[in-house]
Amino acid sequence: MIEILILLAKIVGSLVWLLLLTLYLTWAERKVSAVMQDRIGANRASIRGLRLFGLFQPFADAIKMIFKEDFRPSFSRRLLHTLAPFLSFFFVAVTVSVMPFGDRIRIGGRTISLQVLDIDVGLLFVLAMLSLGIYGILLSGWASNNRFALLGGMRGAAQFLSYEVALGLALVGVVMVFPSLRLSEIVSAQGRLLFGFLPKWGVVLQPLGFFVFFIAALAETKRVPFDMPEGESEIIGFFTEYGGLKWGLFMFTDFMEIVIISCLTTTLFFGGWQVPWLGADGFVFPGGGTWALAPWAVTVFQVLAFNVKVAFFCWLQILIRWTYPRFRYDQLMDLGWKVLIPLGLLNIILTAAVLSV
Amino acid sequence: MKQAPAVLFEILRGAWITARHFTVNMVFHTLRLFRIRTRRAGAVTIQYPEVKKPIPPRHRSLHRLMKRSGTDRPRCVACMLCATVCPSECIVVEAAEDPDPDVQKVPSRFIIDLSRCCFCGFCVEACPEDALRMDTGRIDLAAYDRGDLIYDLERLLR
Repeated sequence: MIEILILLAKIVGSLVWLLLLTLYLTWAERKVSAVMQDRIGANRASIRGLRLFGLFQPFADAIKMIFKEDFRPSFSRRLLHTLAPFLSFFFVAVTVSVMPFGDRIRIGGRTISLQVLDIDVGLLFVLAMLSLGIYGILLSGWASNNRFALLGGMRGAAQFLSYEVALGLALVGVVMVFPSLRLSEIVSAQGRLLFGFLPKWGVVLQPLGFFVFFIAALAETKRVPFDMPEGESEIIGFFTEYGGLKWGLFMFTDFMEIVIISCLTTTLFFGGWQVPWLGADGFVFPGGGTWALAPWAVTVFQVLAFNVKVAFFCWLQILIRWTYPRFRYDQLMDLGWKVLIPLGLLNIILTAAVLSV
Repeated sequence: MKQAPAVLFEILRGAWITARHFTVNMVFHTLRLFRIRTRRAGAVTIQYPEVKKPIPPRHRSLHRLMKRSGTDRPRCVACMLCATVCPSECIVVEAAEDPDPDVQKVPSRFIIDLSRCCFCGFCVEACPEDALRMDTGRIDLAAYDRGDLIYDLERLLR
């Protein structure tokens, strides 16, 4: 009974974490982009004159979208048209269940891992779910029965398929270095030290792998340098025929993908919840100094480290989205097939060579 | 492939520029938040309804009719020059006799249709009596009703 309650608490907790972070990412995107462009950004949403830098903006947006008409074009396929945004949303949201938020904690003789599901094939699970996300895009394009939406969906599918290969190849290197597909084990392996002082993070062992992975992951979020499927400013994208909350779900999925990609980058390449030189009993600095900490403080540090790293990568993705212009379609395919995939293969060969020495 | 390093350099330089803007602006925003006076603000935005940009002295805004000194009557002598010169044909003037024997005419009706006005200022230039000016500084002229945009003698004299 208690086991089920704990599991339920973990599920609710991680979902609330994901949704809140995503909700505020929409606000952060507007504010961060504004600050980059010497503007102020959304700051008018208020409750009884209390503005708080526009922190209520996401709720105002949500209320607006909920009260919009749930419009469905008469020429669309009813079931698939309704299903597409939910598929898209679900397959991204479900990946948060394997993200390790922190180390195992002990409460009253019970060991609880701060992770909803600690499955053997966590990494494969994330990749599989992210790939299934294509169906949301393809279906929305197909079911809209609109030629331009269909073309958008096809562009999206082509882009996803191309970059998924690079993404998978980049992750092979990680799996070779930390020989496990279990995300919690990958994170634990990154707690060790290299040469006695350098944290053994994925980015240190796999710099090329990180480069390939991050670019491919950016393409997976289908945001600006790679926003070919949507192309909000010029070309017509796959969710043209959606409005109101269904459109909102697509938009929300986009932001959720940023969070998930940040989680994945953090977990695989930046030590997950690991703080450099922080062990189970506190900090042990390479210079020889130590700082003993209580177990609860260690846990707080770890969860905080994970959140800070995720927030940083969310910020980095917003920075990238507001810096670069969109790729041309042939450039996009060139980058995917002629640059990233050879680099991924090279990374595997180099890793194998280093490991076999 | 030959320009790849140069392209990579430019890509990193772009990210550096936006990241620098973000950091510098955030420093100024934070200092302002704690009420510390800074050389400049973190953003160039003017928060319009609360803060207004100073209007330059030659700016053309809502028209007004000048009053004859010491009286409540308009300085206008209904010469029709403004109505003639107006390229949008938005001025209607109707003349009447002035009770003052020293003045020949006075407008009985003076209407400017702001929904047609293009704010060129020709009427002001043409006026020989300096009776019409565009210096009220009022620029928020939007109305919910087209009729509210038709300014008559009373509203222009205000």
